[in-house]
Amino acid sequence: MTTAIEIVSWLCLIAGGAFSIIGAFGLIRMPDFFTRMHAASVTDTLGAGLLIVGLILQAGFTLIAVKLLFLALLTFFASPTATHALAKAALGRGLQPLLAPGDEPSKR
Amino acid sequence: MMFAVAAIALLVSLALVLVRAILGPTVFDRVQAANTVGTLAMMLLAVIGFLTGRPEFLDIAITYGLLNVVGTIAVLKFFERGNLGDSGEERQP
Repeated sequence: MTTAIEIVSWLCLIAGGAFSIIGAFGLIRMPDFFTRMHAASVTDTLGAGLLIVGLILQAGFTLIAVKLLFLALLTFFASPTATHALAKAALGRGLQPLLAPGDEPSKR
Repeated sequence: MMFAVAAIALLVSLALVLVRAILGPTVFDRVQAANTVGTLAMMLLAVIGFLTGRPEFLDIAITYGLLNVVGTIAVLKFFERGNLGDSGEERQP
């Protein structure tokens, strides 16, 4: 049983690190600000989430697990808020999304 | 061992995000990169706490996450409005 938890925790930690690198790579490679924002959210949700799940499995039922849960809750609520404020601020300052050729921006 | 792997992955992503923060054509790219650096640093603090066997680092990670949110929102409000809520003009009585 302990070995099974170790293996699941190991897989979660590896996957979380991999998703963090994928998000950071997307932040460099994407062509446009709004697509970059999309790539960065991979790091905020799956990367941080899987890492926290892996660490909780390592900690067991202790105060450390509760603190990690608070960390997960903080990421869960704060990261979408920051992303929303970022998109709103960028649109308010007149940054237009990159569109495919011949595509019209939708009227608001 | 597995904590070291996770820490190295987080450090690699931090380096990649820093490249975007330096290159970023607009200020919003830099703010996005700073926000991502905050999330990654939070996770790095948690992982390092487990790596060194001192999970008290989690308190620092929680504090860092809270500060990161407030900082991002404040900087964005400044760049959206040009001020932090006060118009900067004298109010007429």
